[in-house]
Formats: sequence, C-alpha cells, structure tokens
Amino acid sequence: MNNYPADVAALARKDLLLELRAKETLPSMLLFVVATLTIFHFALPRGTSDVAARGLLWSALIFTALLGLTRAFVAEREQSMFDALILAPVDRSAIWLGKAIAVLAFLVAAEVVALPAFAAFFHGLDGRTVAAVALADLGICSVGTLFGAMAVAGRARELLLPLLFLPMAIPIVVGGVGGYLWFLALYDAIFALLSWAAFEYVVAEV
Amino acid sequence: MTQSEKYTAAAYLVVFLAVLVYVVIIGSKLQRLQRELAQLVEQVRENRADG
Amino acid sequence: MKLPALAAACTGLFGLATALAFFYAPTDADQGLSQRIFYFHVPLALTSYVCFGWGAWKALGYLRTRRESADLESYVAIHQGVIFGALTLLTGSIWARISWGVWWSWNEDQLVLFLVLFLFYCAYFMLRFSIEPGPARANMCAVYALFGAVLIPVSFLAIRLSKRFIHPVVFNSHGPQMTGAQFLTFCVCLAAMLGLFATLYAIELAGKRLDGSLRELKELLR
Repeated sequence: MNNYPADVAALARKDLLLELRAKETLPSMLLFVVATLTIFHFALPRGTSDVAARGLLWSALIFTALLGLTRAFVAEREQSMFDALILAPVDRSAIWLGKAIAVLAFLVAAEVVALPAFAAFFHGLDGRTVAAVALADLGICSVGTLFGAMAVAGRARELLLPLLFLPMAIPIVVGGVGGYLWFLALYDAIFALLSWAAFEYVVAEV
Repeated sequence: MTQSEKYTAAAYLVVFLAVLVYVVIIGSKLQRLQRELAQLVEQVRENRADG
Repeated sequence: MKLPALAAACTGLFGLATALAFFYAPTDADQGLSQRIFYFHVPLALTSYVCFGWGAWKALGYLRTRRESADLESYVAIHQGVIFGALTLLTGSIWARISWGVWWSWNEDQLVLFLVLFLFYCAYFMLRFSIEPGPARANMCAVYALFGAVLIPVSFLAIRLSKRFIHPVVFNSHGPQMTGAQFLTFCVCLAAMLGLFATLYAIELAGKRLDGSLRELKELLR
C-alpha cells in the first residue's frame, strides 16, 4: 500500500498503457519533430555552421516536448481522474514522478527517431550532444510535468503551458547547444527536486 | 541638447511617466471605491429605514 | 510604517537622488551625460530582484501558513517586480541606444536576464488570471513564484555560459570603478528606488484590501 516505487511504477504504467491503446500522443510527436526538422532545413541558409544547426535541433526538441506535455494531463482533467488519483492512498509526489516518467518515455521514443533524422538531414551527431539530450530530457520532464498540472487547472490550458514552460527551457537550451553537461546536471538536480517537493501543493486543491 | 543628453533625459522621463501613470490608476481606483462606498452607505440607510 | 510617512520619505529621497544624479555626480569621462542613466537603470534592476525575492518569500509563507494575505502580498510584490523590470528593460534599451546605437544588446547580461525574467513573470499573470480565485490558484502561483526565484541565478549562469558560443560583440559596457561621489549618488538612488517599491507596494496592497472589504460588505448587505 505505502510502497512508493510500486505506486510510481503503477502510475507510469497506466499512462503508457493508455497511450498504447489510444496511440495519439506519440505518433503526433514523431510526426511533429520530423516535420519541424524539415522546415528547419528550408529555414537555414546555405553554409550555416554546425552550432546553428545544433541550435535548431534543440528548438525542435523543446517544442516536441511541449506537445507531449500538453497532452500529459488532459486526459486526467477531462475525465476528472484527478480527484480519483488524489483520493488514492498514494503520496502526491508519486503522481508527479509517475507522470514524469511516462512523459520521459514518450520523449525518448520521439528522440529515437528525431536524433537519427537530424544526423541524416544535417550534420552528424556526437556523443556529447546525445548525452546533453538525455540530461535535458530529465529537466524538461520534471519541470514540464509540474507546469502541465498547473496549466490544466486553468482555462486556456494549451496556451498556458508554453508560456509557463519556455522561460524555464532557456537554460536547458543554453546547456544543450553549448554542450555544458555539468550545467544540465545542475539544472536537473535543482529543478527536479523542487518539482518533486512542490507538486503536492499544485494538486492540493483541485 | 546633444543626442546623448536627449536620450538620458528620455530615460529619466520614462521612469517619471511610469510613476505618474500609476498615480492616475490609483486615483481612478480611489474614485471608484468612493462611489461604491457611497452606494453601500445609501443601501444601509434604506435597510435601516425599512427595518 | 504609516503610508503617508512612507510616501513622503520616498518623495524626499527621490528628489535628493535626482538632484544628486544631475548636479552632484561627476560627468563620466567616457560616456558623458548618458552615463547618468545608470543611476536609475541599475537601482531599477536591483529593486526588481528585491521585488521578486519578496514575492517568493511571501509565496513560501503562504505555502506554510495558508494565510490568504500572504498570497495577496506575494502577488502584489511580483506585480511591482514586473513593473520595475519593464522599466529596467526600457531604460537599459535607451542606454544601449546611446552607447552603441542599437536598441538591444544580447551582450548585456543584465538586460538578457531581465528579458527572461520578464517572460517568466508575465506568464505568472497568465497563470493567475486563467484559474478561478481560491486556494488552488494561490497554491499554484506560490509554487510558480518560488520557481522564479530559483530561476534567477540559474538563468544568470546560463546567460554567462551562452556568451561563449554566441558571436561575441566587442563593446565596452561599464566604465571604470565608481568614484566616491558616484557611489554616494548611486546609493541614494538605490534607496530611493527601494523606497518607491515599498510605497507602491503598500499602496497597491491597501487598494486591493479595500476592494476585498468592499466586496465582502456588498455580500453582507445583500
């Protein structure tokens, strides 16, 4: 009953199973990221540097993540599952962790397609970029899940989440494009901890 | 005035105007509150007269 | 401190600060008259930080005590912070125009940081006005305000890092160390700006509390 890891696993599995049946979020994310990278090819003038192209990879990733995050809590909201979740004997922060893990799974799945596509469309990828993407994913999912829950409580939810999330994503993009792995790790540590601690206040009264 | 002097004055002016705009906003809010309060006082008088 | 006394002190400080900035402080050797913008620009920026910090502190207080007044105080402080932040951006932009002929400079850490914070805290208002008033909204705004406070140093670090790979612009941003007279002027201007924040904060709070009381009165008389 009070087994934290089991709770988190159950919650994450629920989201993954729902997606497996609905097949809405992940296909959209995959299509979106490839389409975005294509647009970026046309948007870049000839002779653009590696760094510029890498910058666009990060833009594509952030916006694809936003797509997934926006969908993350909508199901709960529309079916009033939030009340049921909160009444369940789980630690509130377990809800956050379970959801964040599910979103992370979607994001990684999208990146499994996006990164090779990027390597093919533009220049190759180095290990550092892949490591940076992995670290950034943690930060994106932590903060994004928390803000996703906030945005869904309001009226203009699809509009609100990007507004809330993008300023927080700026340090992630800086860390990613510059390849500052230590900075990304620091960001992840600070904000994952903060998100984990603060989530119970966000869903305290719904 | 030289160009840079004009811009400096502009910067100070911007701050000054912002504060004045604030005063205007507060002034209109004060007026509204005064009006609503007068209405409520009227209402209490009527209630007293009836009851 | 009583509101009229606070406002009077603020007015006095501001008068003194402006007088010092224009008549007492020596003219900068490099930048001439335009350097005087600093006496407003930097205090505005510092006051903004104080506003956001105060807002975050009140937010923390709200999460601990659940007093509705803490939520209101946090909101008002952040509102003031956005106003001072906007003024920082405006004065900074004007100063950039004077110094380098452009309306914006990505090389100025302070300006870029303020842009990021401005975006973040404007989203605070979007958040606040899209949720029905109540404990849920207060909770979320408090959490968001706390995130903002933590974001300030993280963003600053990010901006410093970003300058290494963004094309460096060779502009000289700050003059030499401040002389005694300049420092005194600066301190007075900073005090004046903080005083302005304190005064506007108290006024806005009083206004909002009045609003609340009036609404309550209307309900009672219905």
